[in-house]
Amino acid sequence: MASLLQSRVPSSSFSLSSSSSGIQWRPSAALSSRPRRRIFTVQAKIREIFMPALSSTMTEGKIVSWIKSEGDVLSKGESVVVVESDKADMDVETFYDGILAAIVVGEGEVAPVGAPIGLLAETEDEIAEAKAKAKSTGSSSQSVPPPAASPPTPPPPPVSAAPLTPAAKVADGPRKIVATPYAKKLAKQHKVDINSLVGTGNFGRITPADIEAAAGIPPKKSAPVASVVLAAETAAPAPKASATTFPEIPGSTVVPFTTMQSAVSKNMVESLSVPTFRVGYPVVTDALDALYEKVKPKGVTMTALLAKAAAMALAQHPVVNSTCKDGKSFTYNSSINIAVAVAINGGLITPVLQDADKELVEKARAKQLQPNDYNSGTFTLSNLGMFGVDKFDAILPPGQGAIMAVGASKPTVVADADGILQRKKFGLPMCHCIAHKTRRVKLDFHPCDVDIGRASCMVIQEKGHAGNAIKKDLQCSVINGKSVKLAAGIRSAGERGNFGLYAIV
Amino acid sequence: MARRSCLGRSDCAASGEKPSDSNLRMRLFVLSRRPKPRRVNKVSASLSSNGSPPKFDYDLIIIGAGVGGHGAALHAVEKGLKTAIIEGDVVGGTCVNRGCVPSKALLAVSGRMRELQNEHHMKAFGLQVAAAGYDRQAVADHANNLASKIRSNLTNSMKALGVDILTGVGTILGPQKVKYGTDNVITAKDIIIATGSVPSVPKGIEVDGKTVITSDHALKLEFVPDWIAIVGSGYIGLEFSDVYTALGSEVTFVEALDQLMPGFDPEIGKLAQRVLINPRKIDFHTGVFASKITPAKDGRPVTIELVDAKTKELKDTLEVDAALIATGRAPHTKGLGLENINVETQRGFIPVDEHMRVIDAKGKLVPHLYCIGDANGKMMLAHAASAQGISVVEQVSGKDHVLNHLSIPAACFTHPEISMVGLTEPQAREKAEKEGFEVSVAKTSFKANTKALAENEGEGLAKLIYRPDNGEILGVHIFGLHAADLIHEASNAIAYGNRIQDIKFAVHAHPTLSEVLDELFKSAKVKGNISSGVGEAVAV
Repeated sequence: MASLLQSRVPSSSFSLSSSSSGIQWRPSAALSSRPRRRIFTVQAKIREIFMPALSSTMTEGKIVSWIKSEGDVLSKGESVVVVESDKADMDVETFYDGILAAIVVGEGEVAPVGAPIGLLAETEDEIAEAKAKAKSTGSSSQSVPPPAASPPTPPPPPVSAAPLTPAAKVADGPRKIVATPYAKKLAKQHKVDINSLVGTGNFGRITPADIEAAAGIPPKKSAPVASVVLAAETAAPAPKASATTFPEIPGSTVVPFTTMQSAVSKNMVESLSVPTFRVGYPVVTDALDALYEKVKPKGVTMTALLAKAAAMALAQHPVVNSTCKDGKSFTYNSSINIAVAVAINGGLITPVLQDADKELVEKARAKQLQPNDYNSGTFTLSNLGMFGVDKFDAILPPGQGAIMAVGASKPTVVADADGILQRKKFGLPMCHCIAHKTRRVKLDFHPCDVDIGRASCMVIQEKGHAGNAIKKDLQCSVINGKSVKLAAGIRSAGERGNFGLYAIV
Repeated sequence: MARRSCLGRSDCAASGEKPSDSNLRMRLFVLSRRPKPRRVNKVSASLSSNGSPPKFDYDLIIIGAGVGGHGAALHAVEKGLKTAIIEGDVVGGTCVNRGCVPSKALLAVSGRMRELQNEHHMKAFGLQVAAAGYDRQAVADHANNLASKIRSNLTNSMKALGVDILTGVGTILGPQKVKYGTDNVITAKDIIIATGSVPSVPKGIEVDGKTVITSDHALKLEFVPDWIAIVGSGYIGLEFSDVYTALGSEVTFVEALDQLMPGFDPEIGKLAQRVLINPRKIDFHTGVFASKITPAKDGRPVTIELVDAKTKELKDTLEVDAALIATGRAPHTKGLGLENINVETQRGFIPVDEHMRVIDAKGKLVPHLYCIGDANGKMMLAHAASAQGISVVEQVSGKDHVLNHLSIPAACFTHPEISMVGLTEPQAREKAEKEGFEVSVAKTSFKANTKALAENEGEGLAKLIYRPDNGEILGVHIFGLHAADLIHEASNAIAYGNRIQDIKFAVHAHPTLSEVLDELFKSAKVKGNISSGVGEAVAV
């Protein structure tokens, strides 16, 4: 059983990219760790091309064809590879100039979203290095399953052998390893070494369930036999694995994390080391709702509006868009990249809208809004309003300055500026602006000069009264920014004063 | 009169009457049964030397009551011929009993299973379906019941029209003379051989009917193996891979050629492979022969030895739960008494000319003897056999007729379906090279079709291969939802010689899948704008 247990390691796409890059970089809440922004990648001349998420339901993609071959010179914006998602075939463009040094995932092969599929070198000198890296990527993936079971050793009897299988027969002499077609496909996809597995299927062959068990994937609704086998195997190691033993409730089944869930879990645990604080305050959304109603038919979503508003506010307050990497300095990001948290089947991804302060709504309107990647975000937006959630705390992804959690708006009775007159306002969403400094930095110690004072979060920290400062601040940023172009409704509403914070929630 | 591909047109042109008038005339023929004017040519002349028509039991005897024989019989009755059909097994032949018909029943099941199992697909519709399962015996019964029903339909339709159905194996004794059963001898003015084909099993393969099977066994669906190897990736293999994977089997294809799905237009084949093979639980070995297949016994799996198609070296040995031999079909011509009329088969096939007249060992036409369908190997499709049968009946009732095989569509009923008519792109380019004309290709996607998108079935492609100089349609290939039903607009256009510049004005109901072809024709760029004349028939 040893080989089965030990090889049930999440597939290697994560450990691969982070370990091979050699760059200090904490993975974001999204899937993968990718040195993407110029700021982080100063010393990285070899870039990884990642499997993009082409739709919100896409968890893996297949390489239909490589338009470019190894050694081709690429310029930014050129199509490099055709990826087939669950919906369509799409050309994927490069974000950088460079040379396609190595193809890691070949045509017809499948890779999870976020996994490296190719390497891009900046100059010809780095091609060899990139190739070596690609090779190590390949070989390290090969070595994921430990060489515990050597083929000649008689395998232990399968937990629940199919009735057809005479176990003795399997063991007689070294024989070739037989895996079913789907098992082979799965093995390739999850980078499981078939040679290290002991098959539990008919005639000792390796079945898809064996691969899934080795890759740590919960069994899908497959043949009843397969799921029984897996449940039996996974139940046993569970108590051993966890340090703090929780009382086991009889009849429960253990379903291992998918690779994505493991990554999310890892990042979330890591986020605990980052000091954060949370503020929230309600805003009137009449104008926003009116604007939304107006642009909705053109395909602009509320999330796009929120991202745009947040980006415009950030443009005025770069410190909120900054990152603290070393505990000694602010790193001011040159772009405002809004990551949007998106729940997908069994996991979470954060596609990033790059340069969200520019032309975002126009793009959305032209249906050209496309997430570019998953880890270059400088600020994250999490909107649960559509589910009726009115207030929640979001977890700050490591490496970013702030996350904004947006709840639903609902009709509420509010006192107006005079404090007496009661008027019905439509909408009172909660906005929790969660600011922080990244790890090892104490937020409230930073010198607050005029510039920082203008940054809402800093102001709050200093003065200790959250509401007004943010209100004012964000209000300004939105009203004074380009939002006036978005809709007259915003401006007029904004002119009314204190509650005039509109676009940003 | 020049050869015409188009039956209706030449009818009208010849008689100068409206179709309704000629129909009326035909009915009168049936009622009066008066002797038909015989076709005068060198063949018949040599036989009726004394001038008086010889006495025959029948005008036409058809050996084999498959779809080809049935089509010929029905048309013969329409033409006023006294017709008998001899069947040594069951009416309906391969198509109805062991081919197209029961396989469509299984594919209907597999299509639904596939849909119900596709959570993403269901979710996209907003449907919630609990885990789909199936009862193997009930699925098998559905296929069997369908075959019985179609068989009785076929039998009844012939009985109702007065076709004599004679039971027993038919043997040709000599010119115009046939024996059926043990000792019944009958004569006919004309004889059509329509004995069809049986699954061909290459040597070295031991078929036990249980774990090593042919399509005949597979259609009974006596068991659904966990893992089945399918030898041959043509229509039959592909359709069965669709059935077996939907029912939970894993499939390994063994293909002798270097590419899967040989015979399909390469572009369509590539797309089909991406949709029908790659995402499914299927793998494949190409460029290899299955040189030896041993059925499962004594607790051992089915073993398949693969040898390299070129070097003949042993490459691999597969161990699977079952093997389906779908390497093609062999003509069923044994016991027909061909030696009595000095006919030698070629690889089992009966040689015929473009009129389906049988050619003997000396290269001469055998008088009054025709062969249609799989037995002649021209185009092994049920509807081709039927069309050939109708063509023969036209000839024996006095009309010169040659079937244009390039207008005969073909379809593979996978999910989604594949269909085609005419030439593939490489064939068209080769022809163009030889004959010195230009070839253009137009394509449309199902992703742009409203109906396909409503069905969440946007995966698909239609491809038109044509001559830009005169708008002639050389070939149409469709991969997508209901492709098999869509091809007929193109095949009819080819049969009737319609040109793209004319057909593109045809109106299609919106929203329907037929708009895929509408778009296709409209996207073609024909240089000249000359309206088409009558198409030339091309015999294969």
